[in-house]
Amino acid sequence: MQLITCPYCGPREEAEFHYGGQAHVPHPADPGSLSDEEWAHHLFFRDNPRGPFAERWVHALGCRRWFNAVRDTVSYRFHHIYRLDQARPETP
Amino acid sequence: MTADLLARSGPLQSWTDRFAALPDTVQVVATPHVAMADLRVDPAGPAAADVAGFLGVDLPTAPSTYVETDSVRVIWLGPDEWLVTSPFRAPRALEAGLRDAVAGRGAVVDVSGQRTTLGLAGANARDVLSGGCAIDLHPAVFRRGAAAQTLLGLTGVVLVALDDTATSYEILVRSSFAPYLASWLLDAATEHTPT
Ligand SMILES: [Zn+2]
Repeated sequence: MQLITCPYCGPREEAEFHYGGQAHVPHPADPGSLSDEEWAHHLFFRDNPRGPFAERWVHALGCRRWFNAVRDTVSYRFHHIYRLDQARPETP
Repeated sequence: MTADLLARSGPLQSWTDRFAALPDTVQVVATPHVAMADLRVDPAGPAAADVAGFLGVDLPTAPSTYVETDSVRVIWLGPDEWLVTSPFRAPRALEAGLRDAVAGRGAVVDVSGQRTTLGLAGANARDVLSGGCAIDLHPAVFRRGAAAQTLLGLTGVVLVALDDTATSYEILVRSSFAPYLASWLLDAATEHTPT
């Protein structure tokens, strides 16, 4: 099983984590001013790259903290794991 | 008053005989009624210092560790969250004392009913855990002072190392999962039971 390194607890089995989708999706500053189409785009449309992807993960069965990770969607390799208060690292 | 006639019981009360039949190398004991409070506070703020004054020990800031005094154990659950446990204090008194110390600068919730405590001891204790727990349990890294939230079998637990020789642990498990974990432990202990 793949190990994922929680920024707090260290390496743990993948089964302890849940996936949270694309990271760094800003909430609209004024949701009320959006059209239905723009709101639907915010809610449902996400990038789907082949390669490095910045994602949210949560250590659900450990410390229950959310964090961000840059993971390669082809190899599943985690390139970077960083806390929510840390900036997104440069990706290759 | 009917309520006065209700005897206090734990979720594993009916398992006592089965635990007692285990070999000396895998001893399991249910320890219900341990007071537990969940504490959320800024570890760098003044509230943490006041809580430390109340508990008599600083809150541990290293992940997967605990500290203890004669009367309380403080388990790291997250960067701003701890589980304070005590078999000697009443749940409401523990909650009230922590709440006074926190004084609105964090949160304290009595969670005594959330988890129950299992003691696991003996020469094969670590072998039994290793069959269902993926973290490194070697006493060089998982020893007295370590407490990990992780998976044991199919349930989440807080696993507490009580000694430096991998022969004594406490397992905190959610009360509704306790019978599952008890049956899992009995099954895992079978291979260490002399026939
Ligand atoms: Zn964690």
